Amino acid sequence: MAILGIGMGLMVLGPTVAIGSLVRNRRTLGTPAQRATLAVLEAANELAPPFRSGLAAGATSGAPYHLKQLLDVESIALTSDKEILSSTENLGAHEGELIPLIEPVLSSGRSRIATLVTCGNPNCFLSVAIIVPVIKGAKAVGTLVILTTSATTGLIRTAEAVARWIATQLELAELDESRARLAEAELRLLRAQISPHFVYNSLTAIASYVRSDPQRARDLLLGFAEFTRYALAEKGHFATLAEELRIVDHYLELERARFGDRLAVTFRVAPEVLGLALPAFVIQPLVENAVRHGLSEGKGVVSIVAINEGNECLIYVEDNGKGMDPAKAIDQLHSTHGIGLTNVDERLRQSFGDDYGLTVETNKGAGFRVSLRVPKWAPRVRAS
Amino acid sequence: MTIAIILIVVLSTIIAGGFGLRIARTTSDFLVASRSIRPAWNASAISGEYLSAASFLGVAGLIMAYGFDMLWYPVGYTAGYLMLLLLVAAPLRRCGAYTIPDFAEGRLDSAAIRRIATAFVVLIGLFYLLPQLKGAGITLQAAFGTPYWVGVVAVGAMLTANIALGGMKSVTLAQAFLYWVKLTAIAVPAIFLVLHLRAGDLHRLDTKGRPEFERTTVVTFPQSTSFTVDRPTPVKIHGTLNNRDLNGTMTLERGQYRAGGGLQLTFTKGELVPIATGTATSSTLAWNSPLSSAGEGRGHPLFFIYSLMLATFLGTMGLPHILVRFYTNPNGRDARRTTLVVLALIGIFYLFPSIIGALGRLWVPQLYLTGQTDAVVLDLPGAVFHGLLGQAATALVAGGAFAAFMSTSSGLLVSISGALSHDLLRRTVVDFRKAAVLAGIVAILLALRVYAFDINVLVGWAFAIAASSFCPLLVLGIWWRGLTPHGAIAGLIVGGGLSSAAIAVTMTGALHGGWPAALLAQPAAWSVPISFVTMIGVSLATASKVPANVSLKMLTMHAPETLGLPIAP
Repeated sequence: MAILGIGMGLMVLGPTVAIGSLVRNRRTLGTPAQRATLAVLEAANELAPPFRSGLAAGATSGAPYHLKQLLDVESIALTSDKEILSSTENLGAHEGELIPLIEPVLSSGRSRIATLVTCGNPNCFLSVAIIVPVIKGAKAVGTLVILTTSATTGLIRTAEAVARWIATQLELAELDESRARLAEAELRLLRAQISPHFVYNSLTAIASYVRSDPQRARDLLLGFAEFTRYALAEKGHFATLAEELRIVDHYLELERARFGDRLAVTFRVAPEVLGLALPAFVIQPLVENAVRHGLSEGKGVVSIVAINEGNECLIYVEDNGKGMDPAKAIDQLHSTHGIGLTNVDERLRQSFGDDYGLTVETNKGAGFRVSLRVPKWAPRVRAS
Repeated sequence: MTIAIILIVVLSTIIAGGFGLRIARTTSDFLVASRSIRPAWNASAISGEYLSAASFLGVAGLIMAYGFDMLWYPVGYTAGYLMLLLLVAAPLRRCGAYTIPDFAEGRLDSAAIRRIATAFVVLIGLFYLLPQLKGAGITLQAAFGTPYWVGVVAVGAMLTANIALGGMKSVTLAQAFLYWVKLTAIAVPAIFLVLHLRAGDLHRLDTKGRPEFERTTVVTFPQSTSFTVDRPTPVKIHGTLNNRDLNGTMTLERGQYRAGGGLQLTFTKGELVPIATGTATSSTLAWNSPLSSAGEGRGHPLFFIYSLMLATFLGTMGLPHILVRFYTNPNGRDARRTTLVVLALIGIFYLFPSIIGALGRLWVPQLYLTGQTDAVVLDLPGAVFHGLLGQAATALVAGGAFAAFMSTSSGLLVSISGALSHDLLRRTVVDFRKAAVLAGIVAILLALRVYAFDINVLVGWAFAIAASSFCPLLVLGIWWRGLTPHGAIAGLIVGGGLSSAAIAVTMTGALHGGWPAALLAQPAAWSVPISFVTMIGVSLATASKVPANVSLKMLTMHAPETLGLPIAP
């Protein structure tokens, strides 16, 4: 019973310890100067993320309140190039006063200190507004307004530093965006490289059936249409294994039209993994590769296999061709010949991480096998 | 004959899982290759993997021991799928997650919650694995008379080896086949037993008071057991009683006795059956009246039942080996259909253990004396039918029991090993095989220690932990956009941690009777609400941490596929 108790204890303790290690260790901090620097840097890091989604998002987050405390002033407001986005206090009568003051700052790009007209509120001691432009690139996109009782040189310079910091965050945001766009473009480029030979060969093969077997020609043409639609589709980078196999079937139908009995294909697909999400147009290049290799030796036999392996799925495509010297295979894969496989490899790594690339097994006289493992689930991967 | 049937079940499982269906699916026809599994088949597979030793052996044992209240176990095990159907099945399938940690990470964009969820997958999986191995121990004990540990170690080692060597990769059709094996193995004997009923037999179930021997009965104690005699009983004795070797005829006076392993007592017809210590039975109320004793919750049957209902209704959705099967469904609609069929299949199945449990009280009351009511399914057919029919029926149920713990344990061990190798130990060099061996060894060692606990009590605890940890995560994750990673982590730790701690305390046997013991023995009634409240409370407090694209995630999970929305990942 005691051992059981200990066992159960450990089973409970395990997760608890895991959590404990997540909680940050707080050590003793250094001198007051070091501590102040740390406080400022920590605050800056904490305030940064909202600004990465744009000035408006930053303004409506908790950032202005933190800035107010950090600068030790009465009130802070953030404006776009048109209107006041947020302010830490209700500005009351001063709000209307600010709008005309912002205009010149935006157009000149220079800071300005303005004396405020006393408002009717007896509790309001605000007398000075420091208006600093937030300049992104070469253009002022907004302003930081500090409302206080007296404008010291130190405060003005600090305000300018804060405005520059906000501008930097906004520029970083733009960088993030363009990086995402670049990745998108890269993915689009990687996708769908139908070989021109294949298009030509398919169309001639179809043409040869038009008179002798019009029904078959029609089916082949529809299959070809489906194939190109899939390959050139704009939406969605991911597809299910079932969709991938359907495209492979259209492709094989076209190859069979050319090669007839010389090409034999077997499928061995675990039905559990048909719903697997993977980058679109990953399997077809492997099959095309296998068909090319397999047919180099008279009758070609191509196997397409998908095995259910717990949290992952193992897929491989192999042929019975004459194979290749491993050293030569490596050379070929890195040259332009292997563009299809390299492309697939790159897209797999982009989607699932570097643990999930293509593996090629071959030797002279031993055929050619390309295999890949795909996790059943990965962050941000979903068939659409 | 029994050995032959068990061997057939084991071998066909291994072969079907490893090779058989691979050959069947090799085809040059694309249409055959890309045919997805139909909901009815997937439902059979889910039922096959779900109906464990707890269902096959344990339910009948509990009903025999504690009366009709225990019908809540099969009701709860089935109703869990209703919750799954209503709240989880389709949205979870649409979000594309394979395991619960996948769901947690995808929904909340947090790697930390993935690790914690994985730890709970392992914990719940182990808790569920222990009763399966206990089932193996007592099945071999009943069939061949081997000591308890032999069955645990032999079956545990066989399972571990099979999975570590790559067999039994939870092939859907193999598991579906096992459902029908189990249903046949329990339905056929049960139907024969019902046909065997005579007028007046059922009336005896209605009477108050204790069961009696209906004919002269020889009782053999497989291992040392304490029991209580309530009125002077004449017996023929052979073996060790109260540490004395006895042989001959004597009268057992009122009091406590300790039987040595191998002791044989022969009782005459009409004598009251003495009761093993620790197995409560309804001695004051009629066995078939509600709230009579309610097993572990003895003093507080009503609390026990409500807590059990909460645990089983809400725990099913958190079982690691069940949810992964929904990945096989091509879409949310099929996931829902599958669940519906599962409800029907499981509902039909549970009819039979309940019948056998009740008939066990009539025909094998000696199990009350040996304390082995869990073995009623195995012992009853042999006790009622003699000759070839008896042997055949015994062999059939033993084969079914084997199928039961083979299929469930395989699914569990695959899930645990997957979680260990894929997540928890990823940075180290532990691969799937080593993880399977590690999990197998831990499970065997723990299972050797749980002989004293009813199979269903152990399973009930696995459900309680699942209901207190994963149920809130799934329900809130799917239906409430305000859930934050912080809230989910807090809820998992508080709910799952408290329920696990309560069960750990109960297992050490430190508490006896009273409210504290009742509250800790079946914690779901308080730990599930606490978990929900923690998750909601902490989420509200950290509202700024709600994942940015939560609306898109909600749309992905809830929009029917037929709308054809172009949802980007």
